[in-house]
Amino acid sequence: MFHWLEKHPFFFAVGVFVVIAYAGLIEVLPNFMEKARPIKGLKPYTVLELAGKEVYKKDNCIACHSQLIRPFKAETDRYGQYSMSGEYAYDRPFLWGSKRTGPDLHRVGRYRTPDWHANHMWNPKSVVPDSIMPAYKHQFTNVADLETAYAEAVTVKKVFNTPYGDDIKPGKAAFEKYKKEKILPEALKIAKAMKRDDLVKMVESGKVPEVVALVAYLERLK
Amino acid sequence: MQSNAALEYDYSIVKLFMWTTVIFGIVGMAIGVLIASQLAFPDLNYLMGEYGTFSRLRPLHTNVVIYGFTLSGIWASMYYVGQRVLKVSLLESGFLRFMSKLHFLLYMIVAALMVVTLALGITASKEYAQMEWPLDILVVLTWVVSGIALFGMIGLRREKTLYISMWYYIAFFLAVAMLYLFNNMEVPTYFFSGGLGAWYHSVSMYAGTNDALVQWWWGHNAVAFVFTVPIIAMIYYFLPKESGQAVYSYKLSLLSFWGLMFVYLWAGGHHLIWSTVPDWMQTMGSVFSVVLILPSWGSAINMLLTMKGEWNQLTENPLIKFMILASTFYMLSTLEGPIQSVKSVNAIAHFTDWIIGHVHDGVLGWVAFMVFAAVMHMAPRVFKREIYSKSLLEAQFWIQTIGVVLYFSSMWIAGITQGMMWRAVDEYGNLVYSFIDTVSVLHPYYTIRAFGGLLYLIGVFMFAWNFFKTATAGRRLEQEPRYKSPMA
Repeated sequence: MFHWLEKHPFFFAVGVFVVIAYAGLIEVLPNFMEKARPIKGLKPYTVLELAGKEVYKKDNCIACHSQLIRPFKAETDRYGQYSMSGEYAYDRPFLWGSKRTGPDLHRVGRYRTPDWHANHMWNPKSVVPDSIMPAYKHQFTNVADLETAYAEAVTVKKVFNTPYGDDIKPGKAAFEKYKKEKILPEALKIAKAMKRDDLVKMVESGKVPEVVALVAYLERLK
Repeated sequence: MQSNAALEYDYSIVKLFMWTTVIFGIVGMAIGVLIASQLAFPDLNYLMGEYGTFSRLRPLHTNVVIYGFTLSGIWASMYYVGQRVLKVSLLESGFLRFMSKLHFLLYMIVAALMVVTLALGITASKEYAQMEWPLDILVVLTWVVSGIALFGMIGLRREKTLYISMWYYIAFFLAVAMLYLFNNMEVPTYFFSGGLGAWYHSVSMYAGTNDALVQWWWGHNAVAFVFTVPIIAMIYYFLPKESGQAVYSYKLSLLSFWGLMFVYLWAGGHHLIWSTVPDWMQTMGSVFSVVLILPSWGSAINMLLTMKGEWNQLTENPLIKFMILASTFYMLSTLEGPIQSVKSVNAIAHFTDWIIGHVHDGVLGWVAFMVFAAVMHMAPRVFKREIYSKSLLEAQFWIQTIGVVLYFSSMWIAGITQGMMWRAVDEYGNLVYSFIDTVSVLHPYYTIRAFGGLLYLIGVFMFAWNFFKTATAGRRLEQEPRYKSPMA
């Protein structure tokens, strides 16, 4: 059989493909029959939090931080309750990471405060003297892309039925209205809790610094 | 050999991919040394503003080395080996020659856009699949064109039986295509929101645990079908050619090939052990990872035994040195991987530098060594010139070997140290170390690793210089060398 296959590339390729694809058929597909189910009480990310998640992705925090607490005592003692599948139901993409050069962040919102984050992102050594994490000062002046975050909320609501309210709808006008009524007040609260006047001023002028969005996202991780 | 052995092959496309192998090798590994140094000396994070942090640079390192250096080497060899074992020349078909050039052109466009977007932080954030959807479409296009070239050559072949290397090139093409498509299923947000926000932004089709499953099904098999399968294709051709020895066992190569094809995909689950993925999948990942030792060692042993009775070549020919050490590292790496996949070991190893060490003994010791050997074997044949310097090749071999050993040994120690410290408890069951203690302790190992990486990079520069001089100033050859590559 193998000799024959080696003379007939088409059937050889088909054979290889079947053998390769077989595992996916058995191992990956069944899990997709059931959609990701949120645990009870889980709310979708707010637009500000989504913008923060984009900052998390852009500055690639997952290079050093995981969001997956494994079910060991040493991990639950250090980080809190182990992670459950339903908690990730609105995570597109998942951000578990694969390396902990820094600590896990899945429940960082439980034990850090916005002003701690403000100090830490500005200069990590000011709160953790031996830290090897770089400072992310540019996040204090770069403006977060709220419009893209809003577009993401509209998209997941439409395509995946993520339970957002009726005020999340397509179009520039809807976004501007939503930004004024929902996003900016939420950002202002975070900026004030971060205890930095420059951040508060920026938010008041209608621009949300990346770090404010990021901290909103980190605060959400509980 | 048949009467048409005097076929004239078209190496122009091979040369292009060889040059990009060298260039991407330098760029990718230089970034690697920089980010390794940043972990030991954090002040190095501030060389390029927001574009120079470890976090922003790491995907550049991985993507340039995987999709730049390694893929270039693979494709150079695919066009070289393909023409020769199929007994078909690209000169015979204007269409295929055009496709091969189009393949290169598209690949260059993707590579340039990849570097720019990753530097800007435009990313889908899934490891080794960071590129956003517009780039994904270009990648698919490039892949299809490369497939047309590959299967086009196969369609025109004179040698009816496919040589072992071709099996692996075919599998490489098919598997990466399937996995890439599924893992990069994304919904562009611009079109669903009435034209809001960045047009290139997208969300993953899958959420949470499902997304993780598809990602590591891909992530693991990018390792399998980029770092393993086509590299085996290369060693099955270049080792017998360079040594003048026949492959030790056809049956063993059969068993290894079909075994590898069947088993590899199952093992993806071992990246998700102790996660929220269903337990049976984690166990399957573990079990199949252990089974994977068989086909992996099958290939490696087949290669080592090919040298039977000719081990003296190991002392005489640096290219043989590279290839034999490559298969040895392949054995080491494919034993280490399954060990890390055992659940109890994984509990310590996961999230630590031991994993980084494992990846690098595989890629530095096996993949890159094989690529260097392949390029240097091809160089005298495509440029019709003698290899510029044997002693430089010898020096490169030793300096890089020392570099790899420093790299993986320091990372093994670092990883196990950190894994053990994370879980250390005192007599009352309280954690002994705060997290930062487990970071500070790694400083010496990070320093050693960066030094090992630097040695390896110096070797890459030696390789680049040797290659450049061979291509431009090597002594001209009257006729093509049969086995051992001539070197000055």
